[in-house]
Amino acid sequence: MSGPSTYQPQSKVLQWLEKRLPLGGLIHSSFVAYPTPRNLNYWWTFGGILSLMLGVQIITGIVLTMHYTPHVDLAFKSVESIMRDVNYGWLLRYLHANGAAMFFLAVYIHMFRGIYYGSYKEPREVLWILGVIIYLLMMAAGFMGYVLVWGQMSFWAATVITNLFSAIPGIGEPIVSWLWGGYAVGNPTLNRFFSLHYLLPFVIAGVVVLHVWALHVTGQNNPTGVEPKTPGDTVPFTPYATVKDGFFMACFCILFAWFVFYMPNFLGHADNYIPANPAVTPTHIVPEWYYLPFYAILRAIPDKLIGVLALGASIVILAFLPWLDTSPVRSARYRPLFRQFFWLWVIVCVGLGWLGAKPPEGIYVVLARVFTVYYFAFFIVILPLLGIFEKTKPLPNSISESVLGSKA
Amino acid sequence: MTTVSSAEHTRRDFLYIATGAVGAVGAAAFLVPLISQMNPDASTIAAGAPVEIDLAPISDGQITKVFWRSKPIFIFHRSKKDIEDAKSVAVASLPDPQPDSARVKEGHDQWLVVVGICTHLGCIPISHQGEFGGWFCPCHGSQYDTSGRIRKGPAPRNLELPPYSFVSDTKIRIG
Repeated sequence: MSGPSTYQPQSKVLQWLEKRLPLGGLIHSSFVAYPTPRNLNYWWTFGGILSLMLGVQIITGIVLTMHYTPHVDLAFKSVESIMRDVNYGWLLRYLHANGAAMFFLAVYIHMFRGIYYGSYKEPREVLWILGVIIYLLMMAAGFMGYVLVWGQMSFWAATVITNLFSAIPGIGEPIVSWLWGGYAVGNPTLNRFFSLHYLLPFVIAGVVVLHVWALHVTGQNNPTGVEPKTPGDTVPFTPYATVKDGFFMACFCILFAWFVFYMPNFLGHADNYIPANPAVTPTHIVPEWYYLPFYAILRAIPDKLIGVLALGASIVILAFLPWLDTSPVRSARYRPLFRQFFWLWVIVCVGLGWLGAKPPEGIYVVLARVFTVYYFAFFIVILPLLGIFEKTKPLPNSISESVLGSKA
Repeated sequence: MTTVSSAEHTRRDFLYIATGAVGAVGAAAFLVPLISQMNPDASTIAAGAPVEIDLAPISDGQITKVFWRSKPIFIFHRSKKDIEDAKSVAVASLPDPQPDSARVKEGHDQWLVVVGICTHLGCIPISHQGEFGGWFCPCHGSQYDTSGRIRKGPAPRNLELPPYSFVSDTKIRIG
């Protein structure tokens, strides 16, 4: 994006346009000539996959809206009519529901990759924080979308999640009533969730533009964590990154399609095929899998307010990562201790997800508490101390040297 | 853009500040309707008017569920044993200490009227379950006794008491 564009349109029409709106030059410098580190591995393809999933969610979502009715008496029926009556409605809805799960799967891999390779470190702090904001918006959008189905799980998820705000001392109850637009989750709640669920993906798209902009200002990180120094350290985005991203997008779509066509309800809950009933809470309520680790943290703490605060802190703490990690070395490749603590942390995150789906009793509570302590200790104890005590391995002089050996 | 810095305050500075201040007040005032529209509307409030409930059909030991302001209200016709259980607990040992007498209307010990919403995160507890003869919340395992008081689990407070009064011995008015 910097420097004079090398874009030379051939056709007279494009030359005319370029003088008036240099859109072609922007696309060319961002997605064609843009230099990407030559050593990027497949973990770097998830940015592209996430853009694809956002596109899938927006397109299927807009189409589903044409058949959906946001009213407590009609919402569940309209979803069933999408499944049974609307042409290809089953496909569009399964794509949208499983697309959300795939979106979260991709974002978690993208985040783990960022942490493993230290992609949040100077000068990419703003890039990282924009990513955390996108993730928060995704969580809000995913939650509200789940409520729109207006099944039992939808209704009680809405009740439990909005009730988290009732933990705020003093003003908690009025805030919850304000969120509901009534004395309980009801039609006003469904209507506003519908409005916001339609809005948020476009907000996400806007922040994604900022995220990509920030990425193109600082350049991409890479598996060595060493900045490109010579033109030989990079390759042009097209064809190298385009083809690599495209190939792995296709691989990811195989997984996506496997869920959509062979096990479309595997990640859902049978209870959500029962229409919402404000008089009965289902006996086992759990959130969708992508929220389970945070749910486990909430339940691990026996105090309501502290539990809610811990839930919030477990997400917000990510935004402070660039300053909590004090090590000057980015990539875990050259940080032997960090690498071990990191993988332990990944196991803890997955473990919390497993515990979030278990009943809150016996050994599960004990494990959830141990894992919660490690989750936070990783950020506020281990990362700051590692920067001081860890003996890192020598960094390669350049990306080319790490790829080709010292002969480069 | 060039900036002209002046050591003296000018009338133009005053105009800038005054214009900005009026604009800020206007923008803040516009937030009032934007925020207020999300609160319960007139029809929701109107639908929250008091309801009268006939207690005669509720037999000894039975818990019924009625709705007031879209909230479930439990009406528990307590047996003698339920009342004794509720009264025999050492109040100071409770997480949210309240004697049973503060949870019922005087002279109507057999009637417990509580909001059927777990004070933890808003699920509806299941009647006649749990270790204390009252309610058990399936969401996060809170347990309430025959006085609707929290005894075990993450809920911070006893089940809330709705505003109600006895119209006659067999009729209450909630709200």
